[in-house]
Amino acid sequence: MAKIRGSIVVDVEKCKGCEVCMVSCPTGTIAMAKEVNSKGYFNAYPANPELCIGCASCAIVCPDGVITVYKTKI
Amino acid sequence: MKEATGIKEIIKPENLAYQRTEVLVDNTLSYCPGCGHGTTHRILAELIEELGLQSTTIGVSPVGCSVLLYHYLDVDIQQAAHGRAPAVATAIKRLLPDSFVFTYQGDGDLAAIGTSETIHACNRGENILIIFVNNGIYGMTGGQMAPTTIPGMKSSTSPFGRDVKTMGNPLKMTDIVATLDGTYYVTRQSVHTPANVRRAKKAMRKAIEYQKLNRGTCFVEIVSNCPSGWKMTPVESNKWMEANMFPYYPLGDLKVPSEEKGK
Repeated sequence: MAKIRGSIVVDVEKCKGCEVCMVSCPTGTIAMAKEVNSKGYFNAYPANPELCIGCASCAIVCPDGVITVYKTKI
Repeated sequence: MKEATGIKEIIKPENLAYQRTEVLVDNTLSYCPGCGHGTTHRILAELIEELGLQSTTIGVSPVGCSVLLYHYLDVDIQQAAHGRAPAVATAIKRLLPDSFVFTYQGDGDLAAIGTSETIHACNRGENILIIFVNNGIYGMTGGQMAPTTIPGMKSSTSPFGRDVKTMGNPLKMTDIVATLDGTYYVTRQSVHTPANVRRAKKAMRKAIEYQKLNRGTCFVEIVSNCPSGWKMTPVESNKWMEANMFPYYPLGDLKVPSEEKGK
């Protein structure tokens, strides 16, 4: 069976670290960074990228639209 | 652009599943972290792009947090005086009947100073879309009590919670306009989870399509959070909204067109 794999790209400087994507992610891919961006927010990043299924839940719920989602079958 | 990326091999243009729409311009939104305004802007921008309305859309922005709507949406926007967005939208729609006209208002604008304009525009059945973002507070001015503040809710001018005996009852604007004959489609949605965002987008798409058919006023309420005004983190505020706001402002369609019933 083909497996669906995804990958996200977070625009670090525009992320405000609200954590809404982190709680919306069904696979626990996203976590908040330990270091802040230039505005002082702990931005989101794909901490467990191998778990991403490309469902785009994070991007759909992101208030600032900073997440781009890629998805493929392998 | 500084980026945090996942598995690099998957990141190719042909694998693109979701990206920010170009109708939402590249400015950083001025809203607080986790605010529902950003999500509402984005689904509106996505619909304008998907339905090919970018050149014919005219929005009316309110006074409040979302006053800077014209900074973020790449469509024509007219700024109205406080609360008067439905009146301005009425004129725009009557003069340019082929355009898609929407107003985007908060609860301080639509339910307080603009109550009369809202009710009369809805009662006349003006062929516009009114998007009402309700966070139960005056967010921009420092979290004061609004007409939509729910009983017992703390705000900077009701620090012990809203006492309905002295401060009056909250105003359910969406329920009021649903009773008017002029409105065609009235619904209440939220944008705090992916499923709710999808439902809200679907409702807004319906409202835009009804306007194309000249059916009357469509009214979409988005129950939203205000993490700064409620003094909570965004995730906590979403939980608080589910526990306290939704029982008072239940989500769902309040007025469905008669031909749509039973579908």
